[in-house]
Amino acid sequence: MPPLPGTSLPPRRRVDILNDGGYRSDGRRQYELRDITIDMTPQGSADGCASIAHGLTQVSVSVFGPREAKQRSQTLHDRAVLNVEVNVLPFSTGERRRRGRADRRILELAASIKATFEPVVQTTLYPRAQIDIFVSVQQQDGGLLPACINGTTLALAAAGVPLLDFVCAVSAGVHGAAALLDLSALEEGDLPHAAVAVLPRTKRVTLAALETRLHVDRFAEVFRLACDAGQTIHAEMRRAVRTRTQELVAAMGAGPRAGPGEHVDRDVAMDDDAAADY
Amino acid sequence: MVEITIRKRPRTEAVVTQRKFFKKTARGKVIKVLRERYLRDDVTCGIEGCRVCSESSDATLPSSGSLDHSSYPDGHFVLPDTNVFLAQMDLMESPLFSPPIILLQTVMEEVRHRSLPLYNRLKALVKADDKQIWVFYNEYRSETAVIREEGETPNDRNDRGIRKATSWYNSHISITRPPVKGQPNRPLPTVVLLTDDVANRQKAEKEGIACISVRKYVEASKDSGKLSDLLSAPGSDNIEPTRAAGARQVLYPDYLPMSTLIAGVKAGQLHQGHFNANQYNYLEGNVPVSAFEKPILLIGRENMNRAVQGDVVVVEVFDPKEWKAPADEVVDQETTLKNDDADDSEEEVEDEEGITERKVMQSEASIRSLSAKQPTGRIVGIIKRNWRSYVCHIESTSLMSSNPTSLSQQTVFATPVSRLLPRIRMRTRQAPTLLGQKILVTIDRWDATSRYPDGHFVRALGRAESKEAEQESLLLEYDVPYRPFGKAILDCLPSEGDAWVVPPKADAVPEWKDREDLRGLIICSIDPPGCQDIDDALHARPLPNGNIEAGVHIADVSHFVHPDTPMDNEAAARGSTVYLVDKRIDMLPSLLGTNLCSLRPHVERLAFSVIWELTPEADIVNVRFTKSVIASKSAFTYDEAQVRKDDPNLNDDLTKSIRLLNSLAQKLKAGRMAAGALNLASPEVKIHLDSAESSDPIDVEQKVLKETNSLVEEFMLLANISVAQKIQETFPQTAVLRRHLPPPPTNFEKLKDILQKRKGMTLDVSSSGALAASLDQCVDLEEPAFNTLVRIMTTRCMLSAEYFCSGSVARDTFGHYGLASPIYTHFTSPIRRYADVLAHRQLAAAINFSPLHATLHSKSHIERVLEIVNRRHRMAQMAGRASVEFYVGLALKSRSEKETVIEDAFVIRTFRNGLGVFVSKLGIEGLVMFKREIQFDADNYTISVPSASGAESTTIAVFDKVRVQIEVEKDKNTQRGKVKMTLVSPIDSRAL
Repeated sequence: MPPLPGTSLPPRRRVDILNDGGYRSDGRRQYELRDITIDMTPQGSADGCASIAHGLTQVSVSVFGPREAKQRSQTLHDRAVLNVEVNVLPFSTGERRRRGRADRRILELAASIKATFEPVVQTTLYPRAQIDIFVSVQQQDGGLLPACINGTTLALAAAGVPLLDFVCAVSAGVHGAAALLDLSALEEGDLPHAAVAVLPRTKRVTLAALETRLHVDRFAEVFRLACDAGQTIHAEMRRAVRTRTQELVAAMGAGPRAGPGEHVDRDVAMDDDAAADY
Repeated sequence: MVEITIRKRPRTEAVVTQRKFFKKTARGKVIKVLRERYLRDDVTCGIEGCRVCSESSDATLPSSGSLDHSSYPDGHFVLPDTNVFLAQMDLMESPLFSPPIILLQTVMEEVRHRSLPLYNRLKALVKADDKQIWVFYNEYRSETAVIREEGETPNDRNDRGIRKATSWYNSHISITRPPVKGQPNRPLPTVVLLTDDVANRQKAEKEGIACISVRKYVEASKDSGKLSDLLSAPGSDNIEPTRAAGARQVLYPDYLPMSTLIAGVKAGQLHQGHFNANQYNYLEGNVPVSAFEKPILLIGRENMNRAVQGDVVVVEVFDPKEWKAPADEVVDQETTLKNDDADDSEEEVEDEEGITERKVMQSEASIRSLSAKQPTGRIVGIIKRNWRSYVCHIESTSLMSSNPTSLSQQTVFATPVSRLLPRIRMRTRQAPTLLGQKILVTIDRWDATSRYPDGHFVRALGRAESKEAEQESLLLEYDVPYRPFGKAILDCLPSEGDAWVVPPKADAVPEWKDREDLRGLIICSIDPPGCQDIDDALHARPLPNGNIEAGVHIADVSHFVHPDTPMDNEAAARGSTVYLVDKRIDMLPSLLGTNLCSLRPHVERLAFSVIWELTPEADIVNVRFTKSVIASKSAFTYDEAQVRKDDPNLNDDLTKSIRLLNSLAQKLKAGRMAAGALNLASPEVKIHLDSAESSDPIDVEQKVLKETNSLVEEFMLLANISVAQKIQETFPQTAVLRRHLPPPPTNFEKLKDILQKRKGMTLDVSSSGALAASLDQCVDLEEPAFNTLVRIMTTRCMLSAEYFCSGSVARDTFGHYGLASPIYTHFTSPIRRYADVLAHRQLAAAINFSPLHATLHSKSHIERVLEIVNRRHRMAQMAGRASVEFYVGLALKSRSEKETVIEDAFVIRTFRNGLGVFVSKLGIEGLVMFKREIQFDADNYTISVPSASGAESTTIAVFDKVRVQIEVEKDKNTQRGKVKMTLVSPIDSRAL
């Protein structure tokens, strides 16, 4: 997903994307992701909330529902309807600009999120219901779509909406022959890049978005790398969800009895190296 | 699977790692910029055997540092500041300068900001094998990262970062090598801050960091004698600190308002003219104006004030006290300004290049000879820009990233192929892919704050030096329309296509109306080999009364091309067929040009005939003009006709006819010469192509003129003159004529002076006859080519011939100077010249064959058309010459791969730092440059080159014959093949 127009800064020239020492312009190396901060504190009346920051990209997502649809005409009799609305705050971009609801870029972003989650959310459990996902973009510095998707996963989980799996998204680009992960806005402006969302357990891909031109061989390489990076992100997200759950459980005074049970992970059959974190 | 990790960035470090600032763009928008930075502890120091950073196996710095320097007996590493690389790059690049160098990221970035070419040199230096350089990414190491403090300039921040890194290195070395018990304390090497910034040194000393200036360091080092030569002059090391982006300084004076300009020109205070750049010296140009005999000289950028070749400008003339002679030096933009930066950063105001440039100007000013003063002035306004698309190359050093996948926008320099144009700055996202290609660039604007014009990329033409790209770039450069003919134009062709034939003779057939049947005459055509568009044919036969009938038959193009049709308009716009070495760009669709109009042998063709009755002495008894039908009996090449004429065994009618024509032509020529026609020469060579497919040139050969060339020429001249008289008589206001104005005597001054001083010969330029006579006297018995050379140089002093409308100029200026004819037009090549088509139409009307189209009665219309035709004609000639030049270059290249090409050459110009030479065998001109100081005598047109030992010197003067070695080398920057000449004898300049 290319940055929204207005996001792309006037290219700060004279910056090496990947210098001879193997460092990127922000001091990361090729396969290092930016700092991820996750906050799942509830906000307002939302059923589930998550704020996620990928580096300097900040997104917060609120989930309402499953609940009765406001308009009966839009419901489906056999499953719930996902309704995704994205709000890009005017100060989130480099150039301050207010965007209407009907802005095409924003609609496309919302459509991408919806398409990503439709096969993952178990909508058939809630016929004639609606699940509202409100995404609010607070700051943009590259990787907007992956941040929205990751945030949405967490918010849905927080709301208790049954999901088949986590959805973990990351962007990746190519510089020369080198693949880079999790691009910043500066890098996105310069490199062909793709956004990939994976289901870490089944290793299935629910989104692959490429809007720049990229040779198919290169794409395969980048795509595989992004799928691997999805696992790393998954570990981070799961840790956040577990911490949040533990806090809740502790608060309810119904904490799990001490014992090995705490470490049993019935939820996800992960591959070993990811599970080894626990 | 590669290891993928999440880089954690503690929130507590946010001050150092996160940056948010607002900046205002040129358009006044405010933009928020976010940056983050991940600090790490695994940035390695690069010293071999370092315990902490041991995982890096590629460390390049010896653990003990360098022990060679007398000031640091315990070993040291050098950590240079930015100003060292900016001012002393030559020193750093020297193989003698060999201490282990720690190059900080901060320093690299700063160099990059200041000068990309220097940055590219620095990058090459880092990769060089003989250097021990370690790049330390200090901005990413947690201990050495600095942030800019309130009120601190970027320059101070960088200096602080450099000092911090230096002290970190020193402590790192001491920490990683703790004293081992029982062993004597090994002395630790020092990391020395090398800087020429006095303030930085003072601060460093205060902080207890070892530091030294470059000069002191070099003086105390091992090879101080050799190294100190490489130090740049002390004056230039006071590098100004990076300025914060502020208001950009104005580099050029503003233009005056248009109304002031027009009023000034009317009042005679200002002068209007076309700007001509000097191809040898980019800091000089001139504007020929009517008020002065000599063109007004513009010296320096400010005075040229953003004018580009061909612009119509208004000039203010300086006080006569300030008048100067043009410089005698070759100043090449590429070498003088090679370190200039494409990016429009603020340092543009007063950087090194500005200084270099000024130095060049100063040194020039002191040497300018006092004799040949010319008015000088400055441009105060532009009436009309004549900008178009220019064929350029991207300069590779101006690129900041040559990564092929990079999509980032870069500001680069595009160097036009023509030396008359300045570099153009343009922004492109595809710079790496465009490298090495010929591209088309348009100039958009040239602001007073910008040293170079700004332009944009139009399209790529293809790889440089590929034939297609070169051919197309030639056509574009000379503005030759080369699109294929459109449908509307092709619809104007006869519907029969190539099956069209002259219909059988009958009264009712329109083709035969008023046409004479000349099919029975013995007509032949004589053309160069391979000619397809035969537009003239000849005949001659004795008449019973002892006189001779001679006829010139010209293809009847006006029968097919009717006025005011799409085909006619296109032909008028094209103006002329353009002949390149391997391609012909037709003015008319080839069905007409090479078939229906072409007077091919053995077929009936329509013609427009001029038939004279001449006495055997070639005096005209009478002349008549008629449309006709002819059937040429044969198409000869010049050679074939010559052989046939000279073969005594052949006595058929055709041969006799040729002999008759030849004898007449000789008499005509003698008559013309007696009247004062000039026999001029131009350097013409012929390219032999290997085969049609590969079209690799195999040889270059000088054109040899045969008797039969002259035969055809004489009759064409005669026909043109006769037609000119006829149409001028009939249409005194609108006849399409051609004239050649006598050159102003000042044009010859220099040539006369050189001839007088060097050869003791005089050139009488009072009239064309006198000139012709004195040219015949300019003979050097030992040098048969000398006369040709003088003729070539004379030709260059001439004005060019032009078409004009008889009603627009005074009757006494109709004359053709070169041909010494009082009146002249072009009638004989209507297939390839549009003016001839007009002449055909006017002649047809003059003989009452057809009415004259209304447009040809309008003086303004004819003037307009002829103006275009004149321009196209000039361009076509230049394109043809450039094409020959390209092929000569190719031939030279293939030749020089096999052997060294050494040719005889004549010196035609002397410069303060070189020679202009002309290689007559190849028809090319070149420059021989001397790197060493040479003595230049501008008044006597000589230079003296000291020999290698310096004992005696060799003097070379204009007209001297020298031998030069010719190479074709590829300019690294522009990918442009450049002919490079070096002197072999009388003195070998290869070493100089």
